[in-house]
Amino acid sequence: MLKRTEFLSKNYGVEGGWLIEPYVKSGGYQSAKRALGMTREQVVAEAKAAHIRGRGGAGFDCGTKWSFMPPPGDKPHYLVVNADEGEPGTFKDRTIMEMNPHALIEGCIIGAYAIGAHAAYIYVRDELHLSKARLWGAIHEAREKGYLGERPFGQSWAMQVYVHTGAGAYICGEETALLNSLEGRRGEPRIKPPFPAQYGAFGMPTTVNNVETIAIMPTVFKVGGDAFSRESALHDLGDGGARLFGVSGHVKRPGVYEAAVGLTLRELIYDLGGGILDDRPLLGVIPGGSSCPIMLEEEIVNVEGDERFAPYNGKSVLDLPMGVDTYRRTGNMLGTCCAIVLNDSVDPVRAAQNLARFYRHESCGQCTPCREGCGWIERLFDKVVAGEATLEELNQVHQVASNIMGNTICAFGDGAATPMLAFVRKFRPQFEEYVRRGEAERNARRAALGSGDHGRSLASEAR
Amino acid sequence: MAFSLNEAQEREFEDILARYPNQMAACIPALHFCQDANENWVSPEVIQFVAERLSLPTAHVLGVVTFYTLFNQEKPGKHQVWVCRTLSCALRGSEEILAHCEKRLGVHAGGTTQNGRITLRTAECLASCGSAPMMQVDKDYYENLTIEQVDQILDRLMQEA
Ligand SMILES: Cc1cc2nc3c(=O)[nH]c(=O)nc-3n(C[C@H](O)[C@H](O)[C@H](O)COP(=O)(O)O)c2cc1C
Ligand code: SF4
Ligand code: FES
Repeated sequence: MLKRTEFLSKNYGVEGGWLIEPYVKSGGYQSAKRALGMTREQVVAEAKAAHIRGRGGAGFDCGTKWSFMPPPGDKPHYLVVNADEGEPGTFKDRTIMEMNPHALIEGCIIGAYAIGAHAAYIYVRDELHLSKARLWGAIHEAREKGYLGERPFGQSWAMQVYVHTGAGAYICGEETALLNSLEGRRGEPRIKPPFPAQYGAFGMPTTVNNVETIAIMPTVFKVGGDAFSRESALHDLGDGGARLFGVSGHVKRPGVYEAAVGLTLRELIYDLGGGILDDRPLLGVIPGGSSCPIMLEEEIVNVEGDERFAPYNGKSVLDLPMGVDTYRRTGNMLGTCCAIVLNDSVDPVRAAQNLARFYRHESCGQCTPCREGCGWIERLFDKVVAGEATLEELNQVHQVASNIMGNTICAFGDGAATPMLAFVRKFRPQFEEYVRRGEAERNARRAALGSGDHGRSLASEAR
Repeated sequence: MAFSLNEAQEREFEDILARYPNQMAACIPALHFCQDANENWVSPEVIQFVAERLSLPTAHVLGVVTFYTLFNQEKPGKHQVWVCRTLSCALRGSEEILAHCEKRLGVHAGGTTQNGRITLRTAECLASCGSAPMMQVDKDYYENLTIEQVDQILDRLMQEA
């Protein structure tokens, strides 16, 4: 269901909309003030009532994650905001940092208080220089007003926010790699457990949240958790509120749009995105960052034994409301809600090859199945495109992918293998066409060269 | 030649250290800061400097430098140009943009023009997919690019004083 909202995006595109004056004028920092006047338990309960599913991709309920933090004791706690935004196709967090940075800073105060932290680190990928500048600007403004510092709003909850930067590594978006990187190490993911809530930044209890998850908190405390959750068409499924949706690739109006949770892909592509570029048919859509398997319009929703899915059964997946569980239950993955749209001018084999290169390049290399498997898949797709692969090799992709899945330290492995498998499964004829054409060309060359020694050596070279 | 910071830079360096509960955490920001102050590269002297100032083994700092793609272990051109080539940009013509840059500058991706002005690179998704194709020039993003705009940008970088 399409319902546009403006909780985060009201000042998008307004000159100076990122400064503290307009933010405060429209009620900014009142939510942080209100939260600091509540008990920590009340703050967590309010967040739970809002049913904010983590906006970083995994979709874990934010209030529940906060409740895993141990009560404050002698150890410092930390809030770490994941602003590494590197998942291909995803470009929503950047808009918050550039055009509404105070929502994130205010959210940090609320989140830090909820988990017993006095410091928040915002880990921004290095390339986002404007984001970093806007965030530092917002931090300085908030310090001057006394919203950050020793006694925010006169309450005895000292609070600091810092911007930290990475140095170009997609894997640092994985929360434990991010923590290592924050500590000044190589950005290699850690084995879990222990989870960050027990042993996080600097060995201390830590919560890692996505930019948007934190930036929406001022809204939650302004309209009330339950009321905000009910903005969503999926409130009953525990997936509340409104969020940012991105759409890129082959649409007429690519960009970031804010709407209530429960929007469908069809609405995102046609109503918000303006329809398919050049009015061509849709080849497929990757719903929320490249780690999500590609979806085709002809795929039909079919969930048995759950009343709540009855309205969607028999419909195209494009008409299924975009929610964490609606997608999970139908074998899809919601991810970051930033969709990549491909029209039928795209060669799906070349698209898969593009992403295979990305994953091979970005694997941190700690786990053999991931390091070797991503390299193998990239080389295979290169061979397919060059017309040098055999059907047997193409079939091996299933084996290689299943060797990766479930056998690695972090979720990168699955995030690389599942979309590759989806491409090969859903576009099998196109992959086979490359293989067949390559074989035919080799045979023709062999026949033309005859069977002399010279011919044989050339033919084996071509193989 | 040993690497050092001037007085103003020293104060900023101290500011960075003050943000963290220990010195190691300043490693990446410190390397960025010194790289910026050292014509955009992390020389062996910079590694030595950061290791000493943060009381870290040189091997640790070197390990960090080699993990991250944005630390240059060789001096790049005066300007760095990154063309994003991941899927959303590829769907919107990044291959042509890259090929055009290579032709105009007479270098392959990864190379530096003969006059030392521009290092051309490829990048993976820079979180600007909705304004593809795009490229990053030093610290700025250029989005919704056309070949004509690319030419204007490259001309400026090649000619400006
Ligand atoms: C390979 C990989 C990359 C990730 N990149 C990001 C990212 O760029 N931004 C982000 O918020 N979460 C990213 N995540 C998810 C984080 O690990 C983590 O789940 C998230 O930051 C938690 O925040 P949330 O609960 O508010 O969504 C990534 C996960 C993996 C496995
Ligand atoms: S799964 Fe891949 S990215 Fe994750 S830790 Fe293992 S090698 Fe590194
Ligand atoms: S794919 Fe180029 S910015 Fe995302």
